[in-house]
Amino acid sequence: MAAYKPVVVQACPKLGERITQDTLYWRGYKTPVQIKEFGAVSKVDFSPVPPYNYAVTASSRIHIYGRYSQEPIKTFSRFKDAAYCATYRDDGRLLVAGSEDGSIRLFDISGRAPLRQFDGHTKPVHQVGFLSDKYRVFSGGDDYSSNLWDIPKATEIVSYNEHTDYVRCGCASKVNADVFITGSYDHTVKLFDARTKSSVMTIEHGHPVESVLLFPSGGLLVSAGGRYVKVWDVLKGGQLLVSLKNHHKTVTCLCLNSSGQRLLSGSLDRHVKIYSTTSYKVVHSFNYATSILSLALSPEDETIVVGMTNGVLNVKHRKPEERNEKSQKKRQPAYRTYVKGRTFVPKQEDFCVSKPVKRVLRKYDKLLKSFQSSKALDAVLEPPIMLHTPEVTVAVMQELHRRGTLRSALAGRDEKQVNLLLTFVARRVIEPRFTSVLVTVADMLTDIYQPVVGQSVIVDRQFLKLQEAIGKEIDYQEELLEVLGMMDTLFATFTKKKDMYLEENKSNGFTDTIETNTND
Amino acid sequence: MVSPGALRVVRCGGSALRGARAVYLLCAAGDFVKVYSVTTEETLRLMGGHADLVTGIQLNPHNHMQLYSSSLDGSIKLWDFMDGIPIKTFAVGSKLLALYTLAGAEDLVFVVIPKKGERDTFQLVSVKLTKGAGQDLEAKELSVVLDGVGASPKHIAFGREGEYVVSVKEITLQVYFFKRKLLNRFSLRAVKTKGGDNQFSCVACHPTEDCIATGHADGKIRLWRNFHHRKEYTYSTLHWHHDTVMDLAFSMEGTRLLSGGVESVLVQWHNESACQKDFLPRLGSPIEYISMSSDGALCCTVHADNRITIINSNLRFSRSIQGLIKSRDIKTGLVVDPRTKALVLNGEPGHLQFYCLQSDQQLFSLDIVQRQYIHQAGLKQSDLVKVAFSAQGTWLATVEEREEVTDPELELKLWFYNKETQSFELNTRINTPHDNHITDMCFRDMDELEDDSLILVTTGRDCVFKVWVMVEDTDPEAQQRVSWSCDFVGSYHNYQATNCCFSEDGSLLAVSFEETVTVWDSVTWDLKCTFCHPPGNIRNICFGRLTCSKYLIGATDYGFLCCWNLLTCALEWSAHLNVVVLQPDPLSEHIAAVSWLSKESSLFVFKPNEPRPIYIQRNLCKEKILLAAFVPRDEPETTGSEKYLWLRRSQLFFLTDTQELMTLSTRSLEERLTASSKQLAVEESLPVTPFSLLLGKHRRQQAQEDIDLGKLLVHNKHEQASPAVKELLHTPAHVLPSASFLCPIFINSLLISKENKSAEEVADEVEMESEKAEDDSDEERDVTEMEQEDTSHMELLGEMTCKLSKSQEKELRKIRKMDYSWISAF
Repeated sequence: MAAYKPVVVQACPKLGERITQDTLYWRGYKTPVQIKEFGAVSKVDFSPVPPYNYAVTASSRIHIYGRYSQEPIKTFSRFKDAAYCATYRDDGRLLVAGSEDGSIRLFDISGRAPLRQFDGHTKPVHQVGFLSDKYRVFSGGDDYSSNLWDIPKATEIVSYNEHTDYVRCGCASKVNADVFITGSYDHTVKLFDARTKSSVMTIEHGHPVESVLLFPSGGLLVSAGGRYVKVWDVLKGGQLLVSLKNHHKTVTCLCLNSSGQRLLSGSLDRHVKIYSTTSYKVVHSFNYATSILSLALSPEDETIVVGMTNGVLNVKHRKPEERNEKSQKKRQPAYRTYVKGRTFVPKQEDFCVSKPVKRVLRKYDKLLKSFQSSKALDAVLEPPIMLHTPEVTVAVMQELHRRGTLRSALAGRDEKQVNLLLTFVARRVIEPRFTSVLVTVADMLTDIYQPVVGQSVIVDRQFLKLQEAIGKEIDYQEELLEVLGMMDTLFATFTKKKDMYLEENKSNGFTDTIETNTND
Repeated sequence: MVSPGALRVVRCGGSALRGARAVYLLCAAGDFVKVYSVTTEETLRLMGGHADLVTGIQLNPHNHMQLYSSSLDGSIKLWDFMDGIPIKTFAVGSKLLALYTLAGAEDLVFVVIPKKGERDTFQLVSVKLTKGAGQDLEAKELSVVLDGVGASPKHIAFGREGEYVVSVKEITLQVYFFKRKLLNRFSLRAVKTKGGDNQFSCVACHPTEDCIATGHADGKIRLWRNFHHRKEYTYSTLHWHHDTVMDLAFSMEGTRLLSGGVESVLVQWHNESACQKDFLPRLGSPIEYISMSSDGALCCTVHADNRITIINSNLRFSRSIQGLIKSRDIKTGLVVDPRTKALVLNGEPGHLQFYCLQSDQQLFSLDIVQRQYIHQAGLKQSDLVKVAFSAQGTWLATVEEREEVTDPELELKLWFYNKETQSFELNTRINTPHDNHITDMCFRDMDELEDDSLILVTTGRDCVFKVWVMVEDTDPEAQQRVSWSCDFVGSYHNYQATNCCFSEDGSLLAVSFEETVTVWDSVTWDLKCTFCHPPGNIRNICFGRLTCSKYLIGATDYGFLCCWNLLTCALEWSAHLNVVVLQPDPLSEHIAAVSWLSKESSLFVFKPNEPRPIYIQRNLCKEKILLAAFVPRDEPETTGSEKYLWLRRSQLFFLTDTQELMTLSTRSLEERLTASSKQLAVEESLPVTPFSLLLGKHRRQQAQEDIDLGKLLVHNKHEQASPAVKELLHTPAHVLPSASFLCPIFINSLLISKENKSAEEVADEVEMESEKAEDDSDEERDVTEMEQEDTSHMELLGEMTCKLSKSQEKELRKIRKMDYSWISAF
């Protein structure tokens, strides 16, 4: 004797990207805040100390924003021409920036006028930064040189003239206070040691280098240039680990997340891609309105700030974690009652009486079990089921059709219910997974309610909507068939002549949907 | 040599009764009466003796250890069903259609027989069972009780204490009172009421009151009272069933009425009121018969699908006795599960049954469709149409379809065998794999390769064949590691694809498209070559195996069997034979072909490399054979004759269009029966009493002492001889040969022979050789017959009769041989 079998609801695999832990994590940001700057945002840098303010370099100004502020807290505007690369020191108290006129200025966060000014570059300085001992600043300029400056004395310590094109990016090692790297438009990344007179290592990237990044451990180096992001093993003498080509325009900026597990890259193709640093596969991707020039992630991944070419600063804040533990606690009984009696092992002489497990059936299943077709259909036409899980509604309709009672279940309904049914059908009939069932339902509805057409404005409108939806779908499918025909001709010209009789049709799933839909 | 499978025959008919203590369940099954144990569901006895269908069984009202059975062969037999021994046989002389007994009538039984001289008219007669010595008696004292009764045993019932008998036929109800010799006849209106007609379908009488319950074709139950008067009778109506009430039964005290029908719901009506009723739903298949045990504790229902369900008095399902389920239409074919060697075919609607051939039991039933089945006539519901197993049985592919007006609803499911749960689990479900019906499906059988090279091919009437491959999921968080997806779609000139088959090494795939067979490379999916033998569509194809793997066999529906050589791409040979079933043996190169020609099926076994068949069996059975399967044996059988060499590794099973399962066996029926009766002798379920425990202990002690004594004297001889002696002593007396026959053997066994080989044995061997020679000549004769295409069966029939005597000889010889093993021990 078999028990009642509930209706099988077909789970349709979702096409497109799969939901992973990463997608859930990176989707957990609120809608972005847009801030208009004066020019293209060339650099965004987060202060490493709370409250994690961030410095935005755009045109001739440097704005400091608070975490949730829409307006800048502070502005450094003592530049005659464009400022570049405003970067915080590790303690978050000093800020250094290059400029179009070749001078490098050092600001105190609380002050307004620059504390120091380093002059030495003859061309604009696009890259400045602190070394990890906090007392020295390195810079790279369009005069092909990479310099090292002493903060207390405001003098140049050493100048390397090894690059043969503009130096546009750089990074200091966090492990060794003497080591920094610069990337240049001459397709190379060079590693310098302040204790030596020349570069220690040269890495050939192959494209003008737009951005470089060192991993916190200092062992891995990431360089971006052209469409490529390349990862190098510094400890193995600059061996290429992996080359990523996921953007279709120049990659302009790189960034690591706080845990170091994910690498982010922004590009002129308006995308930010997130890679796993273990598999180097893209795990998520963000889409932006215009080309991206700069990108920064706050500690704890609380905020993503992206600067774009049209001067828009895009700020995304993470949603606060949902805390609904209290409500859960109410529902669950105490642990003691939960495990009560479960650990009891019957003894040999005990007489065991098995208690039948009560199966919980959904409402529509209960009604179907007792052969109440109309009521079962009513149950799945409730708005929550109909809107959020249309597959349940369709599955019950299919089951009723199998039982041969769909027609009687659909018949004898009032204006409101017919309206509801028709709305559902008109909306879902074009979905391929529902089409076969809903076409039958639509057929029956038109058959049953044909005599009353014209009596209700609402129902008439819904019928017209249904007609429109189906008409549109037919047009769409016809167009698709045309495209398919064109593609087939193209494929046919490519295949070899010897397979004349061999008709291959790889896109079977595609034609399936077309054929079912043309039956409408 | 043919013997019907004797598994469980379609008509598990008759009423099932129970012994006094509700321990045994008796059931008429085909030509046999079966005795089941209620507690263990095992078959305790199989009582055979009737020459035709057993139509009725009744307990002897005066002796509860005895049973009357009637059969279409015109005899009534009295059995002692505890021991399975026939006590008496009464020859009545005409077909007996139903049997009834009465407690009041001492030596009378009632039977339904066809009226002489008139067709389709039956009468109820009482038969006086004469008390005479001897087993076979004549019972010619017949007296007609009622005329014009229905043929079904459900149409007649005897009332309270045998005072009256009720018979229903069409729309008339007849009540005959024995004492008053009064016949009352009541008729219902003939007009068909809406939704059905009020024809009678069954009748039952209240055990203590004057009340008759009748079931009707429109699902109503009428309770008749006051039927002593012709005019003032009354009836009340109970209506729940929507279709014919198949059977009715009152409980022993008469307070409850049970009814059942096609809905497969057992309905229990309390106190004959319409408002109080209980249901036991979803019993699996339509209820045919309902029977109550004599103590009222249990009730059992016999179902249309060859199953008996035992139900407690509080309407709880207790257990079921299940044989091979006979579904109306076996679409899946006979498939052998490589893991359990069980026969797999359609079972309950939407289920796949795994049927063990050795034990005649259903191993398990796998729910494929997983939807509620609704027992309603004319409703088209999904059913299983195709099944395929992978070589090791780790994967199972099933196709289910639901016939619809516009397009069939198809679903392809792939199941993976989970070793931990010991069952198949659904892995992939593919909706609408083809746009039209799927005609064939096969896995690529590659034993040596690992699992992920598995390929499934389906052919459809939408003119394509599709290749499905396993895809590994790269995502580590996914629930399943593998899933299936379509890899290649092939077609040929827009013809419908009908069959597909992989070669033994899996390198080639043959797909037949109507008239043409196409051969494809299974790696690149290139079309290699095509074969065609017009006219006629290809009905079956298969590749040769082992040494014959270069051949491809095809059968067309115009009656040709063709063999193509794959190396030369040419037709090797062809024969004019209307092949219905083509079945290759998976363990040898033999191929069995079953042909159907003018109302008889014939079997031909051949090897592809030679056009002459190895074995021919004409007139296999009168029914059309629809399906066949080779089931591998557990251990190769040793057959003397070369003729049956092809049966050594595997056994051939057939299914006919009357849903009977048959097999070919080299052993005679008696041998197989003795083997089974030996088993039965051991399985005696005697209750354990303190006394038996005591006695048993005492006996064991004695036996122990005996052995201790004997040990010194006949140390190893005793051990050697003991199995043979045990066999001799433990075989039930009624199956042993006569004592005079056994005596010389026994005495011979005690003699000490001087030589190892006696003269007798040598003589035996000579005899055997000569028999072989005879067989050979027989075979040659068969071959010549086939070439002539002339069907003269007289010789074959003659061979059959002489075989019977031979089998007896064989048995004789076997017993002798057993004795020689004792001699060698001495």
